[in-house]
Amino acid sequence: MSGYLTGDPIADTKAPGGPLENRWDARKFAAKLVNPANRRRHRVIVVGTGLAGGSAGATLAEQGYHVVQFCFQDSPRRAHSVAAQGGINAAKNYRNDGDSVYRLFHDTVKGGDFRARESNVYRLAQVSAQIIDQAVAQGVPFAREYGGLLDTRSFGGVQVQRTFYARGQTGQQLLIGAYQALSRQIGAGNVELHARTEMLDLVVDGGRARGVVARDLVTGEITTHLADAVVLATGGYGNVFSLSTNAKGSNATAIWRAHKRGAYFANPCFTQIHPTCIPRSGEHQSKLTLMSESLRNDGRIWVPKRAGDPRPPGEIPEDERDYYLERRYPSFGNLVPRDIASRAAKNVCDAGFGVGPGGLGVYLDFADAIARLGRPAIEARYGNLFDMYQRITAEDPYTVPMRIYPAIHYTMGGLWVDYDLQSTIPGLFVIGEANFSDHGANRLGASALMQGLADGYFVLPATVNDYLGGTRLGDVDPGAVARVETEVRDRIARLLAVEGTRSVDSFHRELGLLMWDHCGMSRTREGLRTALDRVPQLRAEFWRDVRIPGGPEFNQELEKANRVADFLELAELMLVDALAREESCGGHFREEHQTPEGEALRDDGNFAHVAAWEHGTPPVLHREQLVFEHVHPSQRSYT
Amino acid sequence: MKLTVRVWRQAGPAAEGRLVTYPVDGLSPDMSFLELLDVLNQQLIAAGDEPIAFDHDCREGICGSCGVVIDGQAHGPERTTSCQLHLRSFADGAVVDVEPWRAKAFPVVKDLVVDRSALDRIVQAGGYVSAPTGSAPDAHATPVPKPDADLAFDNATCIGCGACVAACPNGSATLFTAAKVTHLSLLPQGGPERARRVLDMVEAMDAEGFGGCTNTGECVAVCPKGIPFASITTLNREFLAAARAR
Repeated sequence: MSGYLTGDPIADTKAPGGPLENRWDARKFAAKLVNPANRRRHRVIVVGTGLAGGSAGATLAEQGYHVVQFCFQDSPRRAHSVAAQGGINAAKNYRNDGDSVYRLFHDTVKGGDFRARESNVYRLAQVSAQIIDQAVAQGVPFAREYGGLLDTRSFGGVQVQRTFYARGQTGQQLLIGAYQALSRQIGAGNVELHARTEMLDLVVDGGRARGVVARDLVTGEITTHLADAVVLATGGYGNVFSLSTNAKGSNATAIWRAHKRGAYFANPCFTQIHPTCIPRSGEHQSKLTLMSESLRNDGRIWVPKRAGDPRPPGEIPEDERDYYLERRYPSFGNLVPRDIASRAAKNVCDAGFGVGPGGLGVYLDFADAIARLGRPAIEARYGNLFDMYQRITAEDPYTVPMRIYPAIHYTMGGLWVDYDLQSTIPGLFVIGEANFSDHGANRLGASALMQGLADGYFVLPATVNDYLGGTRLGDVDPGAVARVETEVRDRIARLLAVEGTRSVDSFHRELGLLMWDHCGMSRTREGLRTALDRVPQLRAEFWRDVRIPGGPEFNQELEKANRVADFLELAELMLVDALAREESCGGHFREEHQTPEGEALRDDGNFAHVAAWEHGTPPVLHREQLVFEHVHPSQRSYT
Repeated sequence: MKLTVRVWRQAGPAAEGRLVTYPVDGLSPDMSFLELLDVLNQQLIAAGDEPIAFDHDCREGICGSCGVVIDGQAHGPERTTSCQLHLRSFADGAVVDVEPWRAKAFPVVKDLVVDRSALDRIVQAGGYVSAPTGSAPDAHATPVPKPDADLAFDNATCIGCGACVAACPNGSATLFTAAKVTHLSLLPQGGPERARRVLDMVEAMDAEGFGGCTNTGECVAVCPKGIPFASITTLNREFLAAARAR
C-alpha cells in the first residue's frame, strides 16, 4: 500500500509574530511561571540521558522540579551523543570574522534546504552562545589557544570559524558536562534515575501525557511511572537501516509508541547520510564508524575506470583512475556537500566500480597531499583519524588509499513539535534528535550538539513552566494505566510466544538492506513502492517466525525484538512520506526530480511544508506551511 | 579463521557461574571481538540456546559500555576497548577465555554483564562543578592556560568502562576517581568546591567496596584511554591537602 489520507493543515500556534530577534523573549515573557515553592510538587519524566535529556533533566531539577529519568544504558554517561566527534557551533564571533546570530540562522536555514522554521532556527542561533558559556562553567575542556582563550575552527562549507571543539571528542566532553550536572542532581535527590530501564509506552489520560510504562531490563519488571509532563529525548531512528553510525541500542521505540498514542511524526523520510565512513568488511559487520569529513580537504576520491578492476590501488596507473567528483564538480571537487558526495559514491559503486569487499567502497587517497605537504603535515592534521582507520582496517592510510563509503548517521525527521517543543499530545515534549524541529531536510555539521543542548538547557525549561503553570491536572484514571500496562505485557508475551526460526538480527538486516536500497541516498517511485509492498510482508513474517530464546527477565534478544518490531512499522511511514514528497530536497533525493545536471530539484510551490503524519491505517497527512520572510529559497549549484 | 572460546556463563547474580567451551568457525581477522560474540550468539540462537549476555553500545570505543576480560586481561591483548579489538590479534585456532570484570564492587548481572553503577555514585558524590544552568559568565571571562586545559582534557577522556577496576588486584577505583579529580582540579571553574570534591569522592569510593591503591599500575596498563599514572599522584596530593585543611 502507498495510500494516505490528507487531513487539515496544522500550524505552530506558539511562535509569536513580530521581529524575528524578539520572538523568543516575547514567548518567554508570555509564558506562565510556576512558583519556586510549588515546583517540587510537579513530577516531570525525562526519557533519555544524551545531550538533550541530560541537560534537560539537570536543569529542571535545578529549577526545583522532581525529575524521574530513564536510560536503557547502564549509566547515563553512555548515551550516543558521546560519539559525536567534530564540534559545536555557536555564534560567539570570538574570531571577529563577521559571524553573528543572523548568519548562523541564515546558514542553518539554507543548509536545511529551506525546510525548517525560521522562528525555531533563529532561537537556536540566539541561545548557541550561552551553551558555550554553560559548558565552560561546568569544566568542559574545550580546545584552547596559548593565550588561554577558546579555539574555534571552520566546518562543513561555512565561511566563518564558529565551531568549538574538544579534539575529536566534542560530544563526549559535552555529554560528560551534562552527565555531571545530572549526577549532582541525582546525588541531591532531585532526580530519580532509572538506568537499564526502557520506556515501552506512553500513558495518555484526558488527552494529556501523564506517564510512561517502562521495563526494567534486568528484572523484566514492567512498571508505570506517572507525572505531570513527559519529555522524550530518545534520539534518532537511523537504526531502521540496521547498519548505521548509531549505537547498537539506539532505537525509535519511545517516539514510535508516542506516535501511536497520538503524537504526529514529522518528515520521517528526512535522513542524513554521511559520505566518509569506514566501509563494511563483511557479512558480520555490526555497525559503521564515521571518519570526520574534514579528510576531504586533502584526500582525493577516485575509483578504477574499469569496473571490477582486481589490481591493488598502487598498481592502477593515473590515467586509469576516475576522480569522479573532480570530473563532475570541477569547481568544488572533493568538497561538495555531504548529500552530493554520498550519492555520487553510491552511483559509482552501483555501476560496479566500487572497491574493497563487496565493491562497496571508493578510495580516498592522500598520496598527492603527502607528496605536496610532506607526511608530518598530514600526521598533524589527521593523525588520530589515520590511527583509528588503521586500527579498524589494518591498512596503513599513509601508503594505501583509504576506502570509504557513505552511511546513515542522523535523522532530521522526528516527532512534530511546536515552538514550545510540545508535541500534538499536550504535556508531551520532544527534544534533541527525537524531534524534527531545526534542521529541515539536511543538518549542517556541528549543529546536532548545539540543538540538543539548546533544547535541554534553555528552551524546554522555559516552555515546560508554561505548561505546568497553566494546566490543572487531576488524578490519572487507573483504568487508563491498566490498559496501557496490559498492552505492553501482552506484546512482550506475544514476542516470546512466537518461538519461530529466524533471529531478530536476520529480520533487522533484511529490513535495513531494503530501506538502504529503496529509501537511502537515492529514491524512486518504483523503488519506494517495491519496499512498501515488502515491509508489511516482512513485518508479518517477523511476528510469525521470530525466535527469541530465554524468558521475560534479562534478555537482550527480547530488547532487540521489541525495537525491531517498531522499526518495521516506522519504516513503512518513512516510505509513505518519501513517496508523497514529490520533490528532492536536502537528504531526500527523488530521481524523478533532478536538474539536468543531476542535482536536487525542490518544488517550493507544492512542498514548502512540514509533513506531519497522524497515526492510522492509512496514515493521515497534515501539512504545516513554511513561511520564509527573511531567507529566500534559492537553488544550490556546485558545478 | 577459527577460534575456541571459553565463555563465562552465569544465569544471574546469585547463580553459580562456569566457563563453557564453544568452537566458532568461519571468522574473519577483520571482525571485532564483539562481532565474534555476535556470530557465536547467532549460532546459539539457531541451536535454540540462550545467547551470551554482554554490554555494548557505540562499538567505536567511546561509550564505555563494553568490557570483558580476555585471556586474563581487561579488554584483551591490545590497549583499546573490547569493541575495537580485532580478531587479527589472535592466532588462528587459538583458545580464548572470556570473563566478566571481576571486582567486589561490580557484581555480575548475567554472563559477561556486571553492575558498574558504583562508578556513577562516585561522580554523584562530588565529581562535578556546581554551575546551575544560566549562571555562567562569558566563556572568555576566565582564560585557562593551554597546558592545563590539555591535561584536563586528557583526564576527561575517561570512558568509565571499569577496566582499571577489573585489572587491579585490589579492585580499586582509584584511577577512575583520580581522572575526574585531576580533570576538575586543573581548571579554575569549580575551584571553591575543590577540597570537598576530593574528600567526598574518595569517601564514596571506599563506601562502595572498592579496594585501596597499592601503586601496582595494572590500571594504567589496561586503560583504553591512556589515563596517566601521575593522576593518582594528583589525587593523593589533592586528598592530603584537603584532609589537612579540614
